[in-house]
Amino acid sequence: MPDLGLEVLFKGKNMIRLLGGLWAALKISLISVALSIPLGILLGILMVRKEVVIRAVTRIYLEFIRIMPQLVLLFIVFFGSARAFGSDISGELSSVIVFTLWGTAEMGDLVRGAIISIPKHQYESSAALGLKNSQTYFYIIIPQTVRRLIPLSVNLITRMIKTTSLVLMIGVVEVTKVAQQIIEANRMTSPNAAFGVYLTVFLLYFIACWPLSLLARHLERKWG
Amino acid sequence: MASELLKIEQLVKRYDEHTVINGLDLTVHSGEVVVVIGPSGCGKSTLLRCINGLEPIQGGSIKLSGDEIIHGSKNLPALRQKIGMVFQSYELFPHLSVIDNITLAPVKVQKRSKGEAEEEALRLLERVGLKDKAKQYPRQLSGGQKQRVAIVRALCMHPEVMLFDEVTAALDPEMVREVLDVMLNLAKQGRTMIIVTHEMQFAEAVADRVIFIDKGNIIEEGRPKEFFNSPKTERAKQFLNIFEFESVK
Repeated sequence: MPDLGLEVLFKGKNMIRLLGGLWAALKISLISVALSIPLGILLGILMVRKEVVIRAVTRIYLEFIRIMPQLVLLFIVFFGSARAFGSDISGELSSVIVFTLWGTAEMGDLVRGAIISIPKHQYESSAALGLKNSQTYFYIIIPQTVRRLIPLSVNLITRMIKTTSLVLMIGVVEVTKVAQQIIEANRMTSPNAAFGVYLTVFLLYFIACWPLSLLARHLERKWG
Repeated sequence: MASELLKIEQLVKRYDEHTVINGLDLTVHSGEVVVVIGPSGCGKSTLLRCINGLEPIQGGSIKLSGDEIIHGSKNLPALRQKIGMVFQSYELFPHLSVIDNITLAPVKVQKRSKGEAEEEALRLLERVGLKDKAKQYPRQLSGGQKQRVAIVRALCMHPEVMLFDEVTAALDPEMVREVLDVMLNLAKQGRTMIIVTHEMQFAEAVADRVIFIDKGNIIEEGRPKEFFNSPKTERAKQFLNIFEFESVK
């Protein structure tokens, strides 16, 4: 059996530290998700409006955020704004800002897609039955939109959790960073620690994201 | 003569510059079955959509028992309860079961009790041979079954007039019959119906009056036998000839 360096995990508080790192990553993603969902719904509703200016502005925002790699966005907000505006915002806050900007753009696009995928006839057949506009939205349109949206937004959430591994680049100590620190600190005593520690990181991400993936697939099948 | 139920006077409907209906008059009496035929794009579906207030109109008036139907007006939802409409593409609500599709409007709009509405829904479903499908979802049904559910959904609101907009046009041929039979039964019960269809034999069997529309106005109308056997206008003759084929052998 090759030495996987797993024993490092049981030294000192290493395992607790890794879990703490996972929590730091989850905290950033969960706060960003909590902000992105309402903002994204708002953005999505704006994106299907007929006004040309609103459409153009939201479109540019979406394309800009999409084209820009998240890492570059993190650098702009964390390093760039510090130099340009003399602001001193923490790595965590910078991360939440970037992930909220990104999550809002992605969520907005999902909401837009879900809204325009409801055929015009659904509105008409509901109206033809004598339902008022508000009743049509409440009983017919929103339930269908939400059903289309939930599996897609669960996937977005897992993507956001995974992408938080980038925030170590702006000095936030999250799970991947803790893993690096543990490996560095034990370079002499356990030179093989990299495999075992990163394997553990992989498992931690897996444990965080897998239930969400399962939920998304379950909902997709139920409502497909 | 039965009382006037629906009165359309000088109806004009335009989309931008294109006039679809041009000064059309039509009166439908209680218990009458009116079949509307005509070439595609002649305005017959638009006529039904106007009657249901789904389209704003540019002139004339549409009155149901004296109440004017105005697109976007406040009392339109109340008036629409008296008008049942069935669309070509069924348009059941995919997130609701068959029974919930049918009882949604009776319960939420007419404030009837859920138990009573469901009881009636099941009775109507039984009549169209779909009682066992009550708990299923629209995606589990065939096109003909969906269309029968859509008819039941409209019926359950106790409408005074039923509008059918090419309800068999999207169906496979073997499913057309089951839907037309349901409509024939409704006609026998003395329901007021306005039917837009391309099924000429069915039109002849079900209609009290046939209306032939072309270029946004009524060109000819009459009893089905007379209209189909000896149309008076050249345009109607031409139109009906499309449906006869010379043998090629």
